[in-house]
Amino acid sequence: MRGLIEENIITEDGEFILNIGPQHPSTHGVLHLKVWLDGETIKKIEPHIGYIHRSIEKMSERLSYRNFIFATSRMDYLAAHINNEACALTIEKALQIEATPRAKFVRTILSELTRLASHQLWWGCTGLDLGAVTPFFYAFREREAIMAIMEETCGARLTQNFMVPGGIMTDIHPNFQQRTKDILEQIKGKYKEYDDIMSGNVIFENRTKGVGYLSKEDAISFGVTGPTARASGVSCDIRKWNPYSAYDQVEFDEILSNGGDCYARYQVRMKEMRQSVSIIEQLIDNIPEGDFQEKTKMVIKLPKGEYYQRVETPRGELGVYLVSDGSANPYRIKYRSPNFSNLSVLPAIAKGYKIGDLVAIMATIDLVIPDIDR
Amino acid sequence: MTNEELINKISSILPESTFDESGEFLEVNIPSSDLLTLLNELRINKSLDFDYLFCLTCVDWKEYLVMVYHLLSKELKHTIVIKATILDSMNPEIETICNIWRTAEFHEREVYDLFGVKFINHPDLRRLFLEESWIGYPLRKNYTDENMIEL
Repeated sequence: MRGLIEENIITEDGEFILNIGPQHPSTHGVLHLKVWLDGETIKKIEPHIGYIHRSIEKMSERLSYRNFIFATSRMDYLAAHINNEACALTIEKALQIEATPRAKFVRTILSELTRLASHQLWWGCTGLDLGAVTPFFYAFREREAIMAIMEETCGARLTQNFMVPGGIMTDIHPNFQQRTKDILEQIKGKYKEYDDIMSGNVIFENRTKGVGYLSKEDAISFGVTGPTARASGVSCDIRKWNPYSAYDQVEFDEILSNGGDCYARYQVRMKEMRQSVSIIEQLIDNIPEGDFQEKTKMVIKLPKGEYYQRVETPRGELGVYLVSDGSANPYRIKYRSPNFSNLSVLPAIAKGYKIGDLVAIMATIDLVIPDIDR
Repeated sequence: MTNEELINKISSILPESTFDESGEFLEVNIPSSDLLTLLNELRINKSLDFDYLFCLTCVDWKEYLVMVYHLLSKELKHTIVIKATILDSMNPEIETICNIWRTAEFHEREVYDLFGVKFINHPDLRRLFLEESWIGYPLRKNYTDENMIEL
């Protein structure tokens, strides 16, 4: 980017400046980290972002309230459903309507399937980053089945664009319930397999335990959310604190850990998968009959005012701040994306660790770069 | 703390602030010069204890800019929105708050990049997404670019 990448040089103090990225497998996207090293020890990190800045916020100011939702699928592409849901909920909040009961249930199930798929991908890639190849294949076996369900019902695998103001775009596919139940059974049978390959693995434990410690105070001050914060003991699950869709009708636990290191973050995500499975199980047989979409006007105009909606994505709290001037387009939209805040903590927690640990830290923070750049 | 109590408390800290309860959260409107006084107190005062800044952004209202801070207390579970009006939209300036909440450092860089608001005493005020040679601030309403197409 434009003069930012310098040669890897040795400064006068004997510090070595290393450029990691923007094209590097362990950054999971186009993120450029400029790292100051003393030997192998990290002295300072400077993240350079913006390689895929598409100005989604600016674009949304010209799009209608029906259309701007779909631009958000391209932010956190592993949680497109949840991004779309956040926007749909914001519009519903402004119009003072609610989605139909059927839509609420389907939204919650799809969101949790998304979370499962995202955590599966994270688990596989973390293994890959730390030198274990097998988890990647195991994780993608399950993820592929979830993606097939998404494709059948929503017509797309990643950018589903299934949420509309007032409900969901079409009714669910006749196979949806049965196939969802099948994948849940499949995942439940594999918990032991996941644990056997990673949790007790000596190499994995050595590379993650006590590495990348994030304190509770730092997590709150840096605005870190999601599993990364919950592994440091910060209770921040929006599904619990501000329930939306059907989350107030299900029983689940907020997974907390006081470890604060990479291993704690790993454990929190693995346990969250079990909670997601349990949430879907509670809902899948009880989807109410009825309309899948509340009737809304063709051209939506929101009343003048400001609206804020928070949802829990697999990576943390997504906030949609919408300012309306009463016209058919948003006056201003701000996406408070979880990855943006989570990235800001990286320089603080990686300081003092070795360059090899940086890969483990990056992997367990679980960054999705398009969500940072927007 | 209820909205009523928050209003009383904030009025005693900053008498010139005005309040708006019509939205989801309590909104406090203040002039930009008083920002640091109020926010410092909101963070330090144990009965307010706003420890989590969950959104920081700016809105361009053409004649003036408004900085919007969404704050939440993890312990006391109350939320507040602080709006600081910057009257000089040609050379907008405001104090940085990244000594109070560290997440602000990144968010303020984003606002500087896209709105051109200069944060006084910010440790590392550079563009974040765009390159240093970029001309103008894209999220400002008067921004134009030769490549922009009128829809």
